[in-house]
Amino acid sequence: MGAPASRSIRRAIVAALRVLVCAFAAGAAGAAPIVLFDSAHHEHRFEHPPERIASLLPALTETVCELKECHRLVVVDRYSNWPKSVALLPKAGGLEDVDVEQIVSARPDVVLLGNAPRVEERLRSLGLVVFELESETFADIGRNVSVLGAMLGVPQRAERLNRQIEDSVAEVAAATRARLRGHAPLVYFEVDPAPYGAGPQSFMGQMLARVGARNILPANLGPFPRLNPEYVVRANPDVILVSAADASQLVQRPGWDRIRAVRESHICTFPPEVRDTIVRPGPRVAEGFEALSQCLLRMAP
Amino acid sequence: MTRLVVAQALGPERAVRDPGRFKRWVLIYVGAAVLLAAVSLVVGTSSLRTSLAWLMSPDVLSNAVLWDIRLPRTLGAWSAGALLGLAGAIAQSVFRNPLADPYLLGSATGAALGVTVSLLATDASLAGFAWLGQLGLTGAAFVGASAGVALTLALSRGALQTPSLLLAGVVVAFLLGAFTSLLLLSSPETWRTMQSFMLGSTSFLGWRAVVLLTAILAVSLPPSGLLSRGLDALTLGEDTALSLGIPLGALRLALLGLLSLTTAAAVSQVGVVGFVGLVAPHLVRESAHVNSRQLVIAAPLCGGALLQAADILSRCIIRPSELPVGVVTACLGGTYLVLLLWRKARRE
Repeated sequence: MGAPASRSIRRAIVAALRVLVCAFAAGAAGAAPIVLFDSAHHEHRFEHPPERIASLLPALTETVCELKECHRLVVVDRYSNWPKSVALLPKAGGLEDVDVEQIVSARPDVVLLGNAPRVEERLRSLGLVVFELESETFADIGRNVSVLGAMLGVPQRAERLNRQIEDSVAEVAAATRARLRGHAPLVYFEVDPAPYGAGPQSFMGQMLARVGARNILPANLGPFPRLNPEYVVRANPDVILVSAADASQLVQRPGWDRIRAVRESHICTFPPEVRDTIVRPGPRVAEGFEALSQCLLRMAP
Repeated sequence: MTRLVVAQALGPERAVRDPGRFKRWVLIYVGAAVLLAAVSLVVGTSSLRTSLAWLMSPDVLSNAVLWDIRLPRTLGAWSAGALLGLAGAIAQSVFRNPLADPYLLGSATGAALGVTVSLLATDASLAGFAWLGQLGLTGAAFVGASAGVALTLALSRGALQTPSLLLAGVVVAFLLGAFTSLLLLSSPETWRTMQSFMLGSTSFLGWRAVVLLTAILAVSLPPSGLLSRGLDALTLGEDTALSLGIPLGALRLALLGLLSLTTAAAVSQVGVVGFVGLVAPHLVRESAHVNSRQLVIAAPLCGGALLQAADILSRCIIRPSELPVGVVTACLGGTYLVLLLWRKARRE
């Protein structure tokens, strides 16, 4: 039951701890430098935990703040919107159109971001420390918490946060499965009206699997396949998860009025702030789980 | 500049005038459309065997897939392709340039701007509009396309000078494109929707789209046929046409109006699908020596079959996922033009 995901979280924690042990062993001789590897396998050595942090990924912003180190953030990307306090920080665009000047002028000790080679190269060439932490899967959440905990010098807090995340996720998943009583609803998660769906490998797909839903998409189509709409009609899902703007228009799509979920109005939409917790592999994942679970329990027969 | 060089390289039509030949080709295009429509019924996410079984013994699901999804989709693709073919024929005749296409005068970028504005205003997506929305979207695309063409005409001070008209068209296309991007920057959600629009998509063509597209095709074909005599005069050169007493300015304005209407209708329903409007009139002229009236009849038939074929390919190449249809037409059209250039080079 959701075992692979929690196992990979655990594996990530063990890996991070090993890094920590190395760091402490190395530091036993004198001041303890923290040696960490980012997700691009670059080695980084921090003499002190960074005091000024730039975060260009909402999930990383949230992780720093959940580790109670929000005060170290000096600049964030425009999509970082939680916790509310980050609204006051200067915004440096997004990963596609990053505001380099804004970042440089904030004089960060480290820049946290997802996979964005062009941005990384530009920022490194300006002498900044760039730390890449991919945030795409379930396992990435635990790894990022551990790595950031080590970097910020709060490893115990990170460990506690990880345990807390894992426990709440497991609790929600178990409760949902129990209440679904073996009935696994067939679900279609639409990420874009082109239409693109969320496959089992995507973060949303992993979450759906853990709360006991069946995805209409097979894994071999990749994380976010662009679908022939006919595929969804044939799969005839019990529940559709979609953005609020598109929900009312599903019935207008050719042939979609025959889909069970559309016929019975088993369509879940989420307000933007809730949707963030579902699509962001970050520390608030348990809230996303709760929202998904509520949806499935409300909609399932 | 490139366009002109390539246009010269493509050379004049080689085929000889032969009325029987034209009729044969019209029959071929119609036959191809019927055949492709039949093929389209059995091509989709299901295997060929399942699709055939559905045809034999229909049920609720197969009825939905065959008659509410695949049939309107292929008919919609045909109508949109026909509109683009017609627009291409008009554009190439008006500009006497075999590389002119329906998007030349800023009509496509104008239509895209219209669609973007209406999406931003209604906070909706393209996929499923009700009747009013469907008409509204086409209307917005038409207003955008007309505004684009009008701006081009204003910049070139009328429709008389071909080079300045083309230049103005390029400038307007860039300007409107930049403005669209600027608007989209403020709304990341709409940006993604527009991305599939700019790549072209036949995914959600339903009966409403078919009715709308065929209605506009039916409305624009007769005047195009009537104006084709003027087009014939135009092919002799602007001075000759003027000396024949053709009201060149009025003729061009009417033709450009038709060009915006047909382009806008197609773009509002299938997005910016490239190459069909460029290649369809070409194929027609390659296969038979046609006059303008015949071109106006045959190019839509050819364009329709082309987009139908591209739609079928887009659904089956990476089944059950699908490719944006604009990507398929660009590959097919690009390959065709490369072949044409290569053949020309070898002949020399």
